Amino acid sequence: MSILSRLMHKSRCKSPSLFHLNTGSCNGCDIELVTCLSPRYDVEQLGIHLEGSPRHADILCVTGPVTRNTLEAVKQVYAQVCEPKTVVALGSCPASCNVFAGSPVIEGPLSKHIPVDVYVPGCPPHPDAIINGIARAAEILAQRGVPQAAQGEPQR
Amino acid sequence: MNASAFINLFLFPGLLFAVPAAWFFVWGEHKVTARMQRRIGPPLLQPFYDFVKLLGKRTPSRRGLEANLLRLYPALSVLSLLGALALLPVFPRSLSFSGDGILLVALLELPSICFILAGFTSGSIYGEIGAIREAVLSVANNLVFLLAMVTIAVTRHTFRLSALAGPAIDPGHWLGVLGILICIPAKLRLNPFSTSSAEQEIYSGPLTEYAGAALGMWKLAHGLEWVALTGLVTTLILPVGGSLLGHALLFVAVSFLLALVLSAAAAATARFTLERSVRFYWQLAAVLALLAISSAVYMGLRS
Repeated sequence: MSILSRLMHKSRCKSPSLFHLNTGSCNGCDIELVTCLSPRYDVEQLGIHLEGSPRHADILCVTGPVTRNTLEAVKQVYAQVCEPKTVVALGSCPASCNVFAGSPVIEGPLSKHIPVDVYVPGCPPHPDAIINGIARAAEILAQRGVPQAAQGEPQR
Repeated sequence: MNASAFINLFLFPGLLFAVPAAWFFVWGEHKVTARMQRRIGPPLLQPFYDFVKLLGKRTPSRRGLEANLLRLYPALSVLSLLGALALLPVFPRSLSFSGDGILLVALLELPSICFILAGFTSGSIYGEIGAIREAVLSVANNLVFLLAMVTIAVTRHTFRLSALAGPAIDPGHWLGVLGILICIPAKLRLNPFSTSSAEQEIYSGPLTEYAGAALGMWKLAHGLEWVALTGLVTTLILPVGGSLLGHALLFVAVSFLLALVLSAAAAATARFTLERSVRFYWQLAAVLALLAISSAVYMGLRS
């Protein structure tokens, strides 16, 4: 990779901004996500911060089992996040609908509607697991920005 | 363009100094906020990485006048702040013309106007609300800011910046400096006057629809505003003279210290509502106006 691509790759790894989308979650996962920003875990050290608008973010963190009311919002917000982007499904609800599977008002796991890159299962997942998931998403994001030809090169 | 103008615009306190300084001051703000909250906070290069990452985003293509205006506003903000920084009398008499204090105030005002216009042009309801809040707050805090500048100018009988630089015995001067300091949190949208960029209420306000390089420019403009406003106060309180390098370093150090103090105050306070913020500035403006007018009348009677 040229020096500019390496700089861009490093910047994407070092500055993952999140947008948090709640699609009908019970708020357990949301609380654990916000806990990561609190003094005990302090993810700002890693450059992770919550953004106020989906257009400002790279990583879309989705909680909740995608209720019927939020389906349109999920699709719109996913479209609003600018490329390159990744999606993290936080908790067991977006992965499998958890205890709400089979309910008539649940539109199913998140992967039915938007492509998901990282799953962080748990009800709720531990903040360490969430941070791990976001770090993995940041790596995928940086890799996604690299042109196809360069992706085959060995990482130095 | 003569040599000293070139140096002021492009080297110090212009472009080459201003952009890294902007990132440094923004890092200082985040670090102080983190420390006040018993956290560790971001690494030193964080604002730089954020900026580079934003340059690499593939933004949606917009067409037409609206799109071009949206791209113009952050660029205009950055350019006007670079101009304001070039005008700062760090080394007085190097670049000065009568009335340049008024030009400085106008250049410092342009980013706020661009922010308001960007909110209305973006077509988003959050942009509109944020722009309205910023406009109302701007009217209120500019009263205090302009009164403070006028008070300082009255004590020296001129608006020429090179004459305004440096401390004075006159209480009117210190009143003006205090007035400018109190206006800075509203201009930078810091607590307790952060109502126009209240993420919990209006997403990102006027910047909601921005992405990529244009957003990076807005964040750079915010950092440059930090440097310009704290730099203005620093030039008004630091005695002139001494070696070039020593004075420049002292200027940066005192500006940064002011930035840290303002960030600590922001971290320690909560957000005022729009009504409360406006009422604060109007009351302050009334007091300042009274003091400024009486000071001017007193000086007129004396001379």
